[in-house]
Amino acid sequence: MARESLNDVLITGQQTYQSIDNSVGSMSLDPKRHKKNWFVMIGIAFLLLNLFMVSVGWLLYQGVGVWGNNIPTGWAFDIINFVWWIGIGHAGTLISAILLLLKQQWRNSINRFAEAMTLFAVICAAQYPLLHTGRPWVAAYWLLPYPNIMAVWPQFRSPLMWDVFAVSTYATVSILFWFVGLIPDLATLRDKTQNKIGRTVFGFLSLGWRGSMRHWHRYEQAYLLLAGLSTPLVLSVHTIVSYDFAMSVVPGWNITVFPPYFVAGAVFAGFAMVLLLALPVRAWYGLRDLITMRHIDWMCKIMLATGLIVAYGYILEAFYGWYSGNPDEWSLLNWRFFGPYNWAYWSLIFCNCIAPQVLWSPKARQSIPVVFTVSIIVSIGMWLERFVIIPMSLMRNYLPGSDRMYYPTIIDFTMFFGTIGLFFFLMWLFIRFLPVINMFEMKDLLYKLGKTPPAPAEKEKAGVGAE
Amino acid sequence: MLKRSGLKTYGVVAEFDSPDQLISAAKKAREEGYKQIEAYSPFPIHGLSDAAGFKDEKVPWIVFMGAVCGAAFGITLQYYASVIDYPLNVGGKPLFSFPMFFPITYEATILWASFGAVLGMLGLNRLPQPYHGVFNTPNFERASQDKFFLAIEANDKKFDEAETLRFLETMNANNVSLVKESPGADE
Repeated sequence: MARESLNDVLITGQQTYQSIDNSVGSMSLDPKRHKKNWFVMIGIAFLLLNLFMVSVGWLLYQGVGVWGNNIPTGWAFDIINFVWWIGIGHAGTLISAILLLLKQQWRNSINRFAEAMTLFAVICAAQYPLLHTGRPWVAAYWLLPYPNIMAVWPQFRSPLMWDVFAVSTYATVSILFWFVGLIPDLATLRDKTQNKIGRTVFGFLSLGWRGSMRHWHRYEQAYLLLAGLSTPLVLSVHTIVSYDFAMSVVPGWNITVFPPYFVAGAVFAGFAMVLLLALPVRAWYGLRDLITMRHIDWMCKIMLATGLIVAYGYILEAFYGWYSGNPDEWSLLNWRFFGPYNWAYWSLIFCNCIAPQVLWSPKARQSIPVVFTVSIIVSIGMWLERFVIIPMSLMRNYLPGSDRMYYPTIIDFTMFFGTIGLFFFLMWLFIRFLPVINMFEMKDLLYKLGKTPPAPAEKEKAGVGAE
Repeated sequence: MLKRSGLKTYGVVAEFDSPDQLISAAKKAREEGYKQIEAYSPFPIHGLSDAAGFKDEKVPWIVFMGAVCGAAFGITLQYYASVIDYPLNVGGKPLFSFPMFFPITYEATILWASFGAVLGMLGLNRLPQPYHGVFNTPNFERASQDKFFLAIEANDKKFDEAETLRFLETMNANNVSLVKESPGADE
């Protein structure tokens, strides 16, 4: 039922510059484009957001003891969710920056909301490092280097400090990249809207963009350079996140394969999230001509490829555990395979290594329900991966006497689902108020594909010779 | 310098339907000897800057300078904090442990370079600029949607209201108009 035909055209249907503006721009300008689905989705997200705020309130009132963290498992859901969210963000930057440098034109349809997804995922991720301090209002002087009256500085030799810089740089550059991409589209909305408030707001945000040749010339230089800067940045961010683990001497963490396999895992989870967002949006808003089955096909292939890299990472983890000859590494491996949380390990193997293999089949890639289900499974699998890596490694220590089980509490779960609410709440607001597809790049693509609209016969002569 | 008064002319603006028409018109205008050619389009058109004879390489240099300053900032911050202001022996590591300082230097480099790209681009483009004479062109709201505009600006040496208007009218444009710097100026 849900199988759509696959073709090689990046934009289907009879499209003109005007029709692209209308199908995308009207989502921001015309409230009638948003039907029951939008209200239901943002309603659910809003409820979860409230759950998040209540949980945070309770956390701040009671302290981090409301979480299941203990000693030796000092890191648990806070860091799992942080890594999970920041990983999801990576696909957005990959799509917007790396695919731009590789001249993959198909990115144009999906880069805008992939970038928005990056931004909101980073916002969700940032909640955890702040909240896990227990007192986020003093986290500023623990994390940021500034001259203070105590005359102390942060410890720059610690990967945790690197993380602060990597994530804050990543968030800032993502905002810049996203906003720069939005400027011309905001100008289009400013010129299209009939609404006075809309014109003022979009006019303000578009900075007076007028699409002049000189503007475009420098704009393109800046955009390309930003892409060039974001590419090493995105690779460095998850590398540094993985250093939080790999630089330590905890069994199961001290492995050189962590950086590449974390980056691949990030892209893997991120593409799953892009698909989870793109599939409903294109169906509900009639954007099937702009986000075609070809796009979905390619995204599935990237997911499959990065999934295989992740699977290779799991194999190497197991191999190192054995090859190191270190009894602690070996016992950790046994704990993963056969310990009380072994269901988490084997579900992770199923979710990340076995389930995505169905995407080898072209028929599966064309079936929306299959792609959607695989994306959900992958998202769960990547969360489980962090569960397996983080608390499961910490429960076991060098001294068997200090081994202790870890059990998450209800607040751990409400905070996690709460950030999902925060993410989707921001995402649906974005879908309501800003153009979800990069309109000017789609017009550029339409022009390049040689599908320029036939010279219209209706040359409007109105307004000629006003002088 | 003369203050811009409402009576000044921005230039002559012609409206076209396609990027190709715009490029060929820009070429012709340049061959005619005009220097202050400006074009407005809803998306970047490759070859247009060349056709109109515009070249600008400042943004990449600003980005490069941003990167250099960012790297200097990152390393200086860490050196000052860890060696000069608060020397702390951690596990016998040297106070200036460069490999450990590399990640933050790297991130600072990228951060500053990115700000260089964005602020450099906006600054050179003189944005934000809420008002500009060209907005008085009839139908100009379509410049961000689906129409393509070529302007010959009044500060061109060869500019002459009647002459330039006649020249642009030979180009099969939808509409050619003389545009003033402010909306009330033509009354």
